Amino acid sequence: MTKVEAVIQNSKLEAVKTALQEIGVEGMTVLEVRGHGRQKGHTEVYRGREYSVDLIPKTKLEMVLADAMVDKAVQAILGAARTGKIGDGKIFLSRVDEAIRIRNDERGEGAL
Amino acid sequence: MESINSFDFRERQIDAYIEASLPASSGGIRRNGSHWRVLIARKLNAALETAFLILILTQGLRAQTSATADANSRLAQLERQAADAKSSADNAWMLTSAALVLMMTGPGLALFYGGLVRKKNVLGTMMQSFALMAVVTVTWGLFSYSLSFGAGNSFIGGLHNLFLKGVGAAPDPDYAATIPAQTFMVYQLMFAIITPALIAGAFAERMKFSALVLFMVLWTILVYDPMAHMVWGRGGLLNASLGGRFPTLDFAGGTVVHVTSGVSALVCALYLGKRVGYPGESMPPHSVVLSFIGACLLWVGWFGFNAGSALSAGSLATSAFVATHFASATAALGWAGAEWIRNGKPSVLGGISGAVAGLVAITPASGFVKPMSALMIGLIAGVFCYWMVAKVKARFGYDDSLDAFGVHGAGGTLGALLTGVFASSAVNPIFKDAQGNPLASGLFEGNAYQLVNQLVGVAIAWGLAIVGTLVILKVVDATIGLRVSEEHEVQGLDLSQHGEEGYYWEVSA
Repeated sequence: MTKVEAVIQNSKLEAVKTALQEIGVEGMTVLEVRGHGRQKGHTEVYRGREYSVDLIPKTKLEMVLADAMVDKAVQAILGAARTGKIGDGKIFLSRVDEAIRIRNDERGEGAL
Repeated sequence: MESINSFDFRERQIDAYIEASLPASSGGIRRNGSHWRVLIARKLNAALETAFLILILTQGLRAQTSATADANSRLAQLERQAADAKSSADNAWMLTSAALVLMMTGPGLALFYGGLVRKKNVLGTMMQSFALMAVVTVTWGLFSYSLSFGAGNSFIGGLHNLFLKGVGAAPDPDYAATIPAQTFMVYQLMFAIITPALIAGAFAERMKFSALVLFMVLWTILVYDPMAHMVWGRGGLLNASLGGRFPTLDFAGGTVVHVTSGVSALVCALYLGKRVGYPGESMPPHSVVLSFIGACLLWVGWFGFNAGSALSAGSLATSAFVATHFASATAALGWAGAEWIRNGKPSVLGGISGAVAGLVAITPASGFVKPMSALMIGLIAGVFCYWMVAKVKARFGYDDSLDAFGVHGAGGTLGALLTGVFASSAVNPIFKDAQGNPLASGLFEGNAYQLVNQLVGVAIAWGLAIVGTLVILKVVDATIGLRVSEEHEVQGLDLSQHGEEGYYWEVSA
């Protein structure tokens, strides 16, 4: 099992969600987050005082997938979230040892 | 047959009428024995008609013999009715104005200031405004009204109206001849509430609540009451219409409200020192949305503040209303325009701050200037206050957190001086010669000396605010302490002073 974490532009959430559903991804968790990569923030001016805002609002998707699904899911996210500009976000993949369904204690990929 | 039937029918009608007009408890009248009743009713009717005719004839005769006396009394009655009608109209507007001015403090100023602070201080800041709505109301009723408007010396009122003694339905002709003195009292109370509330912008996010209450009570007595008495009170040193030594034109409180509060705010900011983390830490307004709503409420409420200061519902109120609105408009354009040129973008906060600055500057002038002068005053104020807040504050480095001095102190001083420049006797013939002909009001009309009077008024307001505020700060600091502890400041006033949070975050079940 692999955990897929994708940090994307807020405006791309709907497109990414639809693309993932189309390839059969059944569950995901979506978080509103703030952060920055290489993208520079912006400045705000209140009554002549400048504030630099470098933590930019982003959307983060988390899902744990059966290994067979991972490549398709990554392709789906890349296709739907890419604008080609700085600030499009990143995808992280990591191994997951176990998944447990709380309702019936089912284990492994069957619990996903 | 027919005639009998017809009579019978009419008789029944009359019976039915009598029956219907009697109370239910008396029971119905049997139709059979009703002929004699009809006869009696008719006789009675005829007798009444005769009596009425006699009455009219005698009255007519009396009227002829005493025509003049009657006309006089009717004229007096009409005059009384006209005066009552004017009094009712004026009173309706003045009570409305009083409510509008209260709305400026809560929720207007509370929202305006509340949005400008950080999230953890939103309630504490709103509470500062709200507390004054309660505290000053009590002190005003007990003694402050008397100290401001009671008969006294040139500097402060006496104790004749302590506990509102003698302040009732009868008008006080010196102040407002057509409204109950009680209306005048409650209208002036709303000014006494918002003035100290404005100061709170300077020490936002770091003053103890208990210290605020004590400071404000003392400030009302030592600074507000004397200043209000000098400018507006009978026999006051600066009173323009009731024979002051230096007649200062201040229609709605440029010196009394804005200079005193703004300058006191600067003293407070310097005395209390900066907020923890200022200026290094980022402290942007937590909600310009709240501030926006507050500023718009202030704009509307200001019609009560300025147009209400006519103390009647006539054309002077209209003139002040128009001047107020026009100045606010150009000031908003001035501030936002200055930002647009300097930063490349006109900000919402700049627009609403400008509008408030314009309202401040037009306050003393509102009942003395024409609409085109108001446009000029507003534009100058908008650009000037932007420069004060964005440039001057940054250069000197004081932490006037919400710019109470930059907007109210600077804008109020500018407005008071510009009143001496633009005042027009065509709008308000306040100065008259011995024959009652209007004299020139402002500099542009040829009364250059008025600028001196305005300067005296402004200087006295500055001096009183600086000395009074310093003394009060020392006293409060020495007794209960002014600032919250650093720990409490970092935690925020909402939790440390009031045990609440403005935005309680709950996971929905």
